[in-house]
Amino acid sequence: MKIIVTIKQVPNVTKVKWDADGSLIRAGLPTIINPVDKHAIEAALELKEKHGGEVIVISMGPGQVESALREALCMGADQAIQLTDRKFAGADTWATSYALGCAIKKIGDYDLVISGVEAMDGNTAQVGPQMAEFLGLPLLSYALGIESDGKKVQIQQKLGDFERKIEADFPALVTVEKEINEYRVTPMDKILEAFEKEIPVWEADDVDAELVHLGLKGSPTKLRKVFSPKIEKGKVQMLEGTPEEIARQVADKLNEKFLI
Amino acid sequence: MATKANIEEHKNVWVFAEQNNGKLAKVSLEMLGEGRKLADKLGVELAAFLIGDNVKTSAETLIAYGADKVFLAEDPELKEYRTELYTDIICKKALEEKPEILIIGASAIGRDLTPRVSFRLNTGCTADCTELDIDEEKRLLVSTRPAFGGNVMATIICPEHRPQMSTVRPGVMAVPEADASRTGEIITVPVEIKPEEIKVRVIESNEKEHEGEKIEDAEKVVGIGIGASDPESVEYVKELAKVLGAKIGGSRPCVEKHIIPHEVQVGQTGKNIRPELYIPCGISGTVQHTTGITNAKYTIAINKDPNAEIFKFANLGIAGDAKVILPAIIKEIKKYKA
Ligand SMILES: Cc1cc2nc3c(=O)[nH]c(=O)nc-3n(C[C@H](O)[C@H](O)[C@H](O)COP(=O)(O)OP(=O)(O)OC[C@H]3O[C@@H](n4cnc5c(N)ncnc54)[C@H](O)[C@@H]3O)c2cc1C
Ligand SMILES: Nc1ncnc2c1ncn2[C@@H]1O[C@H](COP(=O)(O)O)[C@@H](O)[C@H]1O
Repeated sequence: MKIIVTIKQVPNVTKVKWDADGSLIRAGLPTIINPVDKHAIEAALELKEKHGGEVIVISMGPGQVESALREALCMGADQAIQLTDRKFAGADTWATSYALGCAIKKIGDYDLVISGVEAMDGNTAQVGPQMAEFLGLPLLSYALGIESDGKKVQIQQKLGDFERKIEADFPALVTVEKEINEYRVTPMDKILEAFEKEIPVWEADDVDAELVHLGLKGSPTKLRKVFSPKIEKGKVQMLEGTPEEIARQVADKLNEKFLI
Repeated sequence: MATKANIEEHKNVWVFAEQNNGKLAKVSLEMLGEGRKLADKLGVELAAFLIGDNVKTSAETLIAYGADKVFLAEDPELKEYRTELYTDIICKKALEEKPEILIIGASAIGRDLTPRVSFRLNTGCTADCTELDIDEEKRLLVSTRPAFGGNVMATIICPEHRPQMSTVRPGVMAVPEADASRTGEIITVPVEIKPEEIKVRVIESNEKEHEGEKIEDAEKVVGIGIGASDPESVEYVKELAKVLGAKIGGSRPCVEKHIIPHEVQVGQTGKNIRPELYIPCGISGTVQHTTGITNAKYTIAINKDPNAEIFKFANLGIAGDAKVILPAIIKEIKKYKA
């Protein structure tokens, strides 16, 4: 079983800091593997352990994505491929899916592609389904569980208010939720091995990507502006007094508004 | 691929109307209200796209909620949602009819379907928007969404590709008033599904049981945050919710601490609520939380820090300890009810 896992390196947005005039400080934010993508790697590793085969991780981004790929190798992935080219820069989800799709085609001969449901920086959840469209693969999204008999894949799908069991023949694309598994702690013996592995860097030409579809230029959506979320309200009336007095004012107000 | 569209050829606003087991999704009605506004600004028609098996009665409902036209695709194979089958039907019609805008509720189905449709139509899609508007001068859809973990808002356009697509989270937009006297046209979309086109097989499908009302629909919500997450305060929050007939929601850290289930997490990665009354207790008011509460009609915030951000979103503010304030409020409300 040949499984390709797409992983994204994201800034750790929980550590965001602001400068004196309230704009975001982007520089120096620590980067991590998008958390749910680690579950995607784990899902692939577990399938491989059952059925044999190999797990290939790919990531598109600037040079530093190497560290994310290295971490995936440490977890047990067999091979990692880095997609780095200035021509990829500024891609929206369409152009990202296109570039990743071209790389997946280049790798070829795969049974499964696994991605996370969504990335924590953008939360768009579009790249998985879009890659499936580009590659012409059946899409099995929101997986809470995954099983395979080596020919087809079956998932437990969390579809809003419904839970479904759905399946498709290979090749297929699965997007996973974090509930799917607990990912492993890197086994010590793998670390040395992982650091010896070479991570090839592929550029646009290497994956036969057409320039018009790449990066900022190939992106249908354009960013018009970025601003701090406006605070809509702000006419708060602070209540004063003892807890009992405050409570009475609250109850009076609720009564006045027919809320009790 | 992403070739540019001939923009002049594209006209009208479309809304994807989601149904589950024949029941229209509320978010689709919200989208109709929003779609109506966009169509009126552009001076064009609003069409709803309804797919399913035996769902014609819902087409009438969509007209009552603002659609001028309903494209109706019915087939027994369409009873269960399947990404590829739905994508095929929508894209085929969209290529013929050339809508300029297509908006879709960002439900689980919407978020699964929309990216595939947008990729096939060679157009962009802005996910999980909180605001949609028209730039009338340029005749463009202007979509606003949280970015960078919600720390900033981004305004996004799709200038050269059509349809311009956006999804909007459930609860962000209001459900419009229905008007049963509205008339509209129902257009049957021919469906022909060949067995070999069915790539995904549905083995089993179960609707999850809900404990009563959903947080998105609740009229009153008491919010629990880390500042009210000790066992004593949790009991008070429960009691307050009980005397008010409110639903309990809360912040993400309380979900992580298993005090409340994820279904009732409020905010950017949880639910958008629009209750008549919201009472956040011990919630600091980070943007990730407050993006989910901007539609609350009346908010009473309790936080021991008088400078907490949450007060900026409140009508009434109480700077005090939840453990002291909550029992006092419960007592007073009980007096009123007695
Ligand atoms: C990508 C991303 C998505 C996120 N999505 C969401 C989301 O959807 N929803 C969400 O809620 N969060 C979300 N978060 C987390 C969010 O950033 C905050 O961490 C979270 O909202 C804070 O929760 P809190 O207010 O309960 O806790 P805290 O920030 O710890 O605040 C606790 C508050 O309680 C007050 N307090 C303490 N003791 C008392 C007392 N005895 N009585 C009264 N007040 C007291 C304190 O003054 C403080 O203001 C997200 C974060 C990221 C990075
Ligand atoms: N630049 C990227 N490189 C590799 N995988 C990506 C990239 N961007 C997105 N993905 C994959 O697509 C999923 C969804 O991302 P998104 O659509 O950005 O929310 C992620 O969980 C990754 O598996």
